[in-house]
Amino acid sequence: MIDSRVKFGIVVFPGSNCDHDAYYACKHILKQEAIFLWHKEADLKGVDVVILPGGFSYGDYLRCGAIARFSPVMKEVVRFANQGGTVLGICNGFQILLEAGLLPGVVLRNSSLKFVCKYVYLKVDSVETRFTNQCQPGDVLEIPIAHGDGNYFAEPGIIHRLEDNNQIVFRYCDTDGKVTDAANPNGSLANIAGIINEHGNIMGMMPHPERAVDPLLRHTDGQKVFTSMIESCVSRLSGFSLISADGGRR
Amino acid sequence: MTSGCNLYFSKIRVTLRKSILDPQGKAVEHAIATLGVDAITDVRIGKYIELKVDRASEEEARLATEEVCKRLLSNPVMEDYRFEIEKA
Repeated sequence: MIDSRVKFGIVVFPGSNCDHDAYYACKHILKQEAIFLWHKEADLKGVDVVILPGGFSYGDYLRCGAIARFSPVMKEVVRFANQGGTVLGICNGFQILLEAGLLPGVVLRNSSLKFVCKYVYLKVDSVETRFTNQCQPGDVLEIPIAHGDGNYFAEPGIIHRLEDNNQIVFRYCDTDGKVTDAANPNGSLANIAGIINEHGNIMGMMPHPERAVDPLLRHTDGQKVFTSMIESCVSRLSGFSLISADGGRR
Repeated sequence: MTSGCNLYFSKIRVTLRKSILDPQGKAVEHAIATLGVDAITDVRIGKYIELKVDRASEEEARLATEEVCKRLLSNPVMEDYRFEIEKA
């Protein structure tokens, strides 16, 4: 088992509403250290991982994530990310990463125009990342989504680059892992549910892994995203991997 | 300039780029069709933003408006913007 504790910093913007879920997942389910980082703070307090949680930062005014991106804490998050720090953006956090230019593309209004709140299946397309190293190739995770603007869009050249570099981490699929139009809940191009940057240290995803961690609620597939981050932090800090010696993007 | 106050008024329109499907526009288009008003197509929904800007000249006011449009008011991946400026 993993024994050194990883310090998670969960950023709280006005309007974040999944910050406590993320805190609960890190602290009480995964038994790691977790702190909240208020958006006005300009100090990340030595955290190993930054989580930008879901919610409706600044009321989704203008565009989702557009205003949060200018919060004082984001300057530090960008610096942290550029130095290779691990950053996970979930739902609104993903939108903020897109607006901040840390990940390419945008999310548009869901093609159905409806807010969609349900469990979906995600095909893990890349297991060589800091966020999925505890998954097996072909794994299908059951994790909920809850968003009105999750329809991922980018220019064809960017989609090709994401495909070529294995930067598409999660795709919406059916129970058997087949990536189909019917399994696409929001109209995202290429069924994209989550992507990673080229260096492999920043991931954004619309689904909520922090809502699928507690055995009490039956769904625990989201734990893999957290155990992967923990494994990658521990292995990088100690210089060896607890799980495998494979370098990759971990 | 004879006046001491150099306030300009910018009227900004932000719209989804033509290449991007606008599902809100489509939904409104269908609603228009059900009204019985025919031959209305290509409905696009966007944002209208107005602001005042205090600059020494219209050119400078234009530059300032341009900057906020680029950096905050629109996202160039999916939106275009255009604006008009007049003396407030």
